[in-house]
Amino acid sequence: MLTLDKLQQIKKEHRPVLEARLREAGNVDIHEDGSIVLNGDYYKKQVRIALKNCGIINPGSIEDYISVDGYSAFANLLFNKSRADIIEDMTASNLRGRGGAGFPTGRKWAEAFKYDDDQKYMICNADEGDPGAFMDRSILENDPHCVLEGMAIGGYAVGATQGFIYVRAEYPIAVKRLKIAIEQAKELGILGKNILGTGFDFDIELRLGSGAFVCGEGTALIESIEGKRGMPRTKIHRTAHKGLWQKPTIINNVETYANVPVIFQRGVDWFRSIGTEKSPGTKVFALVGKVEKAGLVEVPMGMPLREIVYDIGGGVQNGKAFKAVQTGGPSGGCIPAELIDTPVDFESLAKIGSIMGSGGMVVMDENTCMVDIARFFLDFTVEESCGKCVPCREGTKRMLELLDKVVEGNGEEGDIERMVSLADTITSASLCGLGQTASNPVTTTIHYFRNEYEAHIKDHKCPAGSCAALLEYFITDKCIGCGKCAKACPVSCISGKLKERHVIDQEQCIKCGACMEACPPKVSAVIKR
Amino acid sequence: MEFVFDKEKNKEKIENFKMFIQDHKDTSGVLMPVLQEAQNVFGYLPLEILQLISRTLNIPMSEIYGVATFYAQFSFVPKGENIISVCLGTACYVKGAQTILEEIENQLGIKAGYTTPDLQFSINSTRCVGDCSLAPVIVINEDIYPKVSKDQIKGLIEKYKSEV
Repeated sequence: MLTLDKLQQIKKEHRPVLEARLREAGNVDIHEDGSIVLNGDYYKKQVRIALKNCGIINPGSIEDYISVDGYSAFANLLFNKSRADIIEDMTASNLRGRGGAGFPTGRKWAEAFKYDDDQKYMICNADEGDPGAFMDRSILENDPHCVLEGMAIGGYAVGATQGFIYVRAEYPIAVKRLKIAIEQAKELGILGKNILGTGFDFDIELRLGSGAFVCGEGTALIESIEGKRGMPRTKIHRTAHKGLWQKPTIINNVETYANVPVIFQRGVDWFRSIGTEKSPGTKVFALVGKVEKAGLVEVPMGMPLREIVYDIGGGVQNGKAFKAVQTGGPSGGCIPAELIDTPVDFESLAKIGSIMGSGGMVVMDENTCMVDIARFFLDFTVEESCGKCVPCREGTKRMLELLDKVVEGNGEEGDIERMVSLADTITSASLCGLGQTASNPVTTTIHYFRNEYEAHIKDHKCPAGSCAALLEYFITDKCIGCGKCAKACPVSCISGKLKERHVIDQEQCIKCGACMEACPPKVSAVIKR
Repeated sequence: MEFVFDKEKNKEKIENFKMFIQDHKDTSGVLMPVLQEAQNVFGYLPLEILQLISRTLNIPMSEIYGVATFYAQFSFVPKGENIISVCLGTACYVKGAQTILEEIENQLGIKAGYTTPDLQFSINSTRCVGDCSLAPVIVINEDIYPKVSKDQIKGLIEKYKSEV
């Protein structure tokens, strides 16, 4: 059987092996207090808690994880802390759900702890589906054991003996590594019956999603594990009271679980010293879009958006002007350039109409059309709405039709007001988070970029030059009459004599842009306007 | 056309699949893993297999269909070895993509969205693939064929057809 001594022995034996390997690779700094961090400018401003082992340990080796103090927190708690104390610490740490809603983890655990039942469950929500977010995937692929440890600690605290990880089938590497990690933990005795001789049993099972975005919603996820259509439940009870098979169930996100072991290793005070008063700790963001250095960044809560985009991300690509940043994926909103000094935490983002969400952060430059972006996200929600409640199923579809109308240049006076009022209904009447937040991309872009909507509707122009239907291709007097554009045109609507200026027949043009590509770069006589 | 599931050819797979169901029969919430396994093993969800699941797990077909149609990953039509995608974007459409599609449909004897009975070909119609200056475009697996004409289709299909 596994004992504390044996765990320490593994660490003692394996740590030098890990350090030697890392020194040889040369991409990390090993500090005196035993912490290992990746070196390089990109990491300097970051504080890594959830990602602390990513890129450092070998995800396929439980010894590697133990060498960086893995499973020490769990083992320590099993022997030295009562369940109530663990929950109290969790509440005191004020760790908030990293899946997006920011519900305090400690309160969730306390609620499940309160109910006496023969069976309770821990679920890890690894159904990360926001377009542009991939932090959970990175944690699962590079440090699967920290998620298992977080779940085991939670399981011990609330009295659950069975855990489920609900992971997207689209993440085959994550699935494979989780399988290996669970095997290893069972073999060593970290999971299973009578863990470390304390009499506590905890097992984890893997369940795969099947391509439904809505299953990231807690109760829809539970339905899916039960083998049903993944539709959200009407929330009469909290899942911590009646969840999976009507038993008390804790659902936390991957990143939340990854924070748990570290909080117990380094203490509540240490954790609260990072971030802000109301949102302590760090958050991982997937910084993508038109930014110089895209990637995963983990920073303390409350860091101004500017620092993330400019100091870490290196600013906007190709020296273009920064226009907005979209946070929170299809549930979030667009933050305009004038609010770039907003600190990034749950409260501040909510105040300006966006949300933290799972941490997608898409940078947009002057060439991005805000109406088109809103349309893109709405298109996504319409596709993924499960169809259970009318406001979301019908409302989002009508909203998309309005947006389609606007980007195609057929917008009418009053469409903006119609969208605002529709958004209000969808938000207040939808059953689950998907519908309640579906209008955010539309309402924030109307709020901050109303002039762009008006330009589309009144002037039939797209200021960003992105909506094809509102553009025209035009040949300027720079044309040398080489005829390349006329040859490239798929609908043969360009005419002109050789060595004379050519003309595009706007009636026939399908706006494919082939002429612009065909025009020799030295001439570049074809322009979009 | 209706796709015929060859029980003889899949005999071994069916036996293994039956074992899988038996092994997991008592797990709660078993329907999802079982459907996922079926999708993996057979490449789609044949009617016969759904009936087998229904009988063994004692779950009505209606409920199984309800679940299977909800998730994007389950399909009721198998995918062929070669997937022919015909671009129906504006530029290709203007250049006669529709007749190209019809020609492919006639040659293979199936409609877009379906698969040939020998599992060799599937036809997809797609939105703009972004090669407007090369219209009309078709994509077979990962190879792009620009400026396709109707008479080329037969040869192209022959090229991908494997010897039986």
